[in-house]
Amino acid sequence: MSFVPGQPVIAVVERIEIKKLRHGDNLILGFSIGGGIDQDPGQNPFSEDKTDKGIYVTRISQGGPADEAGLKMGDKIMQVNGWDMTVVTHDEARKKLTKKKEDVVRLLVTRKTLEEAVKHSKGKYPRP
Amino acid sequence: MDNESTYSGYSYKSSHSRSSRKHRERRDRHRSKNHDITNRGEKSVIIQAPGQQLLDTESTRGDDRDDNWGETTTVVTGTSVDSISNEDLTRISKDLEDSSPLECRRYISPALGAILGLLSLLTPLAFLALPQLLWRDTLDPCGTPCEGLYISLAFKLLILLISTWALFLRPPRATLPRFFVFRCLLLALVFLFVASYWLFYGVRVLEPRETDYRGIVGYAASLVDALLFIQYLALVLLEVRHLQPAFCLKVVRSTDGVSRFYNVGQLSIQRAAVWLLDQYYSDFPVYNPALLNLPKSILTKKMSAFKIYNLEEENGTNNSTGQSRAMIAAAARRRDNSHNEYYYEEAEVERRVRKRKARLVVAVEEAFTHIKRHQDEEMATSSPKHPRELMDPREAAQAIFAPMARAMQKYLRATRQQSYHSMESIINHLQFCITHNMTPKAFLERYLTAGPTVQYLDSSRGRQWTLVSEEPVTSSLRQGQVFCLRRLDFSLVVTVTPLPFLRLGEEFIDPKSHKFVLKLQSETSV
Repeated sequence: MSFVPGQPVIAVVERIEIKKLRHGDNLILGFSIGGGIDQDPGQNPFSEDKTDKGIYVTRISQGGPADEAGLKMGDKIMQVNGWDMTVVTHDEARKKLTKKKEDVVRLLVTRKTLEEAVKHSKGKYPRP
Repeated sequence: MDNESTYSGYSYKSSHSRSSRKHRERRDRHRSKNHDITNRGEKSVIIQAPGQQLLDTESTRGDDRDDNWGETTTVVTGTSVDSISNEDLTRISKDLEDSSPLECRRYISPALGAILGLLSLLTPLAFLALPQLLWRDTLDPCGTPCEGLYISLAFKLLILLISTWALFLRPPRATLPRFFVFRCLLLALVFLFVASYWLFYGVRVLEPRETDYRGIVGYAASLVDALLFIQYLALVLLEVRHLQPAFCLKVVRSTDGVSRFYNVGQLSIQRAAVWLLDQYYSDFPVYNPALLNLPKSILTKKMSAFKIYNLEEENGTNNSTGQSRAMIAAAARRRDNSHNEYYYEEAEVERRVRKRKARLVVAVEEAFTHIKRHQDEEMATSSPKHPRELMDPREAAQAIFAPMARAMQKYLRATRQQSYHSMESIINHLQFCITHNMTPKAFLERYLTAGPTVQYLDSSRGRQWTLVSEEPVTSSLRQGQVFCLRRLDFSLVVTVTPLPFLRLGEEFIDPKSHKFVLKLQSETSV
């Protein structure tokens, strides 16, 4: 999932829709994120390319909305409700995910197994 | 509450005073007087040197203001009136040993050096003067060059004189057991120089009555140059060479384990010993024999329990070593609780000392508030109302000593320091502090911590130390050497280790290379 600066990023993504759960006064999604352009990318255990400053899913609470929607640990979130997540700070990402007025978030996530699945099925690397 | 009750079982030998001036204090178990005289083998109390008074609470119960408070103690008579007990004998001999007032041996070496120095300083003048006196008429006249030489000669002699005075004419501070090698070398060198110059002069100038006066003046000038160079050599050998540190000496006092580390340069053992002793007097806390041992109550319990019965035949060999070994083994196996008692006793002593220290500090602070320095301007305003009595420092010290005396006595007894501070010395110190506007804390500094030995010395007498070493004391320091400096009741054990060779490397850091990145890795739950 490395990117070349200046070129558009190409990735195989999965669309995941998570309904927020009301837990007391808050709406929770049931997972934790890490990463961002203001964080240290070398400490990300899930990324292949250690210069990747994208937002990754670091933990999923069992039985929560994210788990049921099919989000997996180690996924890289590319978009949230149309907002880009590849070049954002950690706090901006959090804000996009926790808007009080939105009940549901639609994520575009990518992971390595998706690419391999596509490669297997197509036999070659997807080209633009 | 005090420890005294435990030791009433001891038998005290006593003696009557040598001089009939004072009664001796008896009750204390403390076995030391000013700093270094004890008599370990005797179970007796060593007595004060005449001229010092003691603090004693037991005897002067109510009246702390008694000036003769050292005198109201009781005297226990043990020996007959006419005998001098053993302790008096040792003290007399120790006094004789300790003081080295006007020994002639001390001054031989400096005297020799002074004579030689004087001789060598007068020699150039003699070289110049003798031809003039003896055969003035036949001398070649010698104008400007000679005068130039005269001037340079005069200044060099002046410089030689001043530097000799500055460097070598100092009162010697120590007598060394062996010859000081470098000094002897230099004296010999000077002697040789001057002698050979005189020889040459006598043979070549005086005999044939040399007429070339300029040559003679040049000869004298060369002697002065040579003396200056010898002085340079002396400076380097005696003063400068040992300044660069080369060895680390570890000094441990054998009785209580106080240790220090010192860095010295290349010295012989005896010179290093002298230097060390200088540092000893100002660095090491004073040796207080009263603070040393575990209380006997703890130690003696161990040995009392076992008796050995020999069940073998009577004519068998008496196996005494076997008996003692068995006893030791049995004692070791026995459950030993003495550490427990030691711990609790230590805690108790510490608590007591702290309580008395608190009382002392409060008493002193309060006492100092009674007194105030008199300002001259106040005189105008207060004189009509009530004239205040003006006191000089001595009277002021005596006036405020009274309320703190008892607390001070109790504290000194608790820390076993009372043999070092008499009432007179406390009042003197108080007077000193008042004169210099010191706070109570500054006044108490002297009593709260055991100061270095030099604080308790009277400097009129010399100190006798013995250097014990397996190698000749003029050999220079080497790695692994051990030598001892012994006094009568304690010794300092000195170990020599060389300082490590330092390999200093270099690393250049570009100031622009200091860059930072954030190491945050936050994880937020959403």
